[in-house]
Amino acid sequence: MNNFSRRDFIKWAGAASAFSAMGWPLGSLAKMGRSAAKVVVIGGGYGGATCAKYIRKMAPGIEVTLVEQNKRYTTCPFSNTVIGGLKKIEEITHGYENLRDRHGVKIIHDVAEEVDPANKTVRLKGGTKLPYDKLIMSPGIEFIWDAIEGYDKAASKVMPHAWKAGPQTTLLRAKVEAMKDGGTVIIAAPSNPFRCPPGPYERASLISHYMKKHKPKSKVIILDRKDKFSKQSLFVAGWESLYPGMIEWVSKSAGGTVVRVDTKAMEVENNDGFTYKGDVINIIPPHRAGTIAQRTGLADKSGWCPINQTTFESKMQKDIHVIGDSAIAGKMPKSGYAAGSEGKVCAAAVVAELGGLNMPEPSYVNTCYSLVGPDYGISVAAVYRMTKKGITPVKGAGGGSPKKVDTTFRNMEAVYAQGWYDSTVADMFR
Amino acid sequence: MHISVQTPMFVVMACLSLLLFPPTATADELSRASMLSNTCAGCHGTDGISPGSIPSIACKSADSIEKALMEYRDVKHFSTVMGRLVKGYTDQEIQLIAGFFGNNCNKPAKK
Repeated sequence: MNNFSRRDFIKWAGAASAFSAMGWPLGSLAKMGRSAAKVVVIGGGYGGATCAKYIRKMAPGIEVTLVEQNKRYTTCPFSNTVIGGLKKIEEITHGYENLRDRHGVKIIHDVAEEVDPANKTVRLKGGTKLPYDKLIMSPGIEFIWDAIEGYDKAASKVMPHAWKAGPQTTLLRAKVEAMKDGGTVIIAAPSNPFRCPPGPYERASLISHYMKKHKPKSKVIILDRKDKFSKQSLFVAGWESLYPGMIEWVSKSAGGTVVRVDTKAMEVENNDGFTYKGDVINIIPPHRAGTIAQRTGLADKSGWCPINQTTFESKMQKDIHVIGDSAIAGKMPKSGYAAGSEGKVCAAAVVAELGGLNMPEPSYVNTCYSLVGPDYGISVAAVYRMTKKGITPVKGAGGGSPKKVDTTFRNMEAVYAQGWYDSTVADMFR
Repeated sequence: MHISVQTPMFVVMACLSLLLFPPTATADELSRASMLSNTCAGCHGTDGISPGSIPSIACKSADSIEKALMEYRDVKHFSTVMGRLVKGYTDQEIQLIAGFFGNNCNKPAKK
């Protein structure tokens, strides 16, 4: 490799693209005369949509079918801006037209009901049976109803979770909007690991932003099943500066673990038997890998899916790959950006395997912005490599926004937060 | 060296493909360069074309991208998050990323 200069590499890689770009030999070299390799992707969010698009970019000879139950996709990232009244839900809702028309991904709006790993087929609710050479699952999360006593699907109409974006997001927004001045909003945050580690704290921030303007006597109480949380010092500093006295965080040690809810009395009880009353109550229940992953036996005792962290192939079933929140992806968080990054690595793995090519060494990134206020952004970032310990952040890189900077820096990161959103969405859907 | 061993098969495949199909090269090679560069696309947009407030990196020269990344890394140049991220890559990886995006522009865009 020592004589292999950068110029050679580019030439080499450029020439390689000449045949990968038209889908040869990917899938057809060893199996001449056979129809195109078939990939089915279940779940059209950050993981699945990005993966489907990049497989088609890398190897247009592969037939990719994306199964997604919703006609349009509402992003969890930036859904807190809807709850805080900064954006309308339409602004964070996107369609699959470009994936279909520009990238040639077949889109089927249906629910994947059952996977037959032996015969390599997926059965959809509508009755269709899809054969696959490779199946990629990016099914997000499934809530564990009744893990908190009294918190089931029906209770989520009264105390929204708003942890899957869409109608639950607008429901929580409506409740915050309808609340009287002087009211209390309770947010119950789950223990690790969970989807979007900074999410509950961004939510508290943007609800406070709304209340400060419209209901200044109100407050937010975060009841937490943890003793520390993502970007904690940055959030706390932001709260002190923007919303002094409005947000109270109750750690696990201080009694933050919610074990029971009462939707009639609008109260929650902690593990010491102490009750908190709220005017608006947002319960983020514990969750695990998405339903179809559970049903296919891809999850272990933890509720999440163990995978080969280079290829994202399930350790439970051959030729099924799991990406996004459902996967145990080493030290990567369950974030939208991470899911997209995993989707691209998985795309390379699948294309390489189907084409009989070598997969390049994987590379992964997470970059995640949170808005403490509309003009106050903070971020956390990491670059990851595959090591003996699995996906591991590179030491000395990444980390959170600096602690001691002026408002201009925070303002810039708020602007970049929107840019991050626009780009991640484009990387999925454009 | 091992490259020469691979060359014949590779040349055969490339030539055959060029006969059958026009060289519509895209930025989509299954290479280490694309693997690394795809991690940038989350913020800078697919193929480095950003739709929003984060700068596009497509169509800049490889040399200028490499220089900028090194300066962010060495804090010679102000950044909010780029300096934190670029510290995660080696010099050689930075060159591959710069080469990928720098090489990208003269190629015809995909429809």
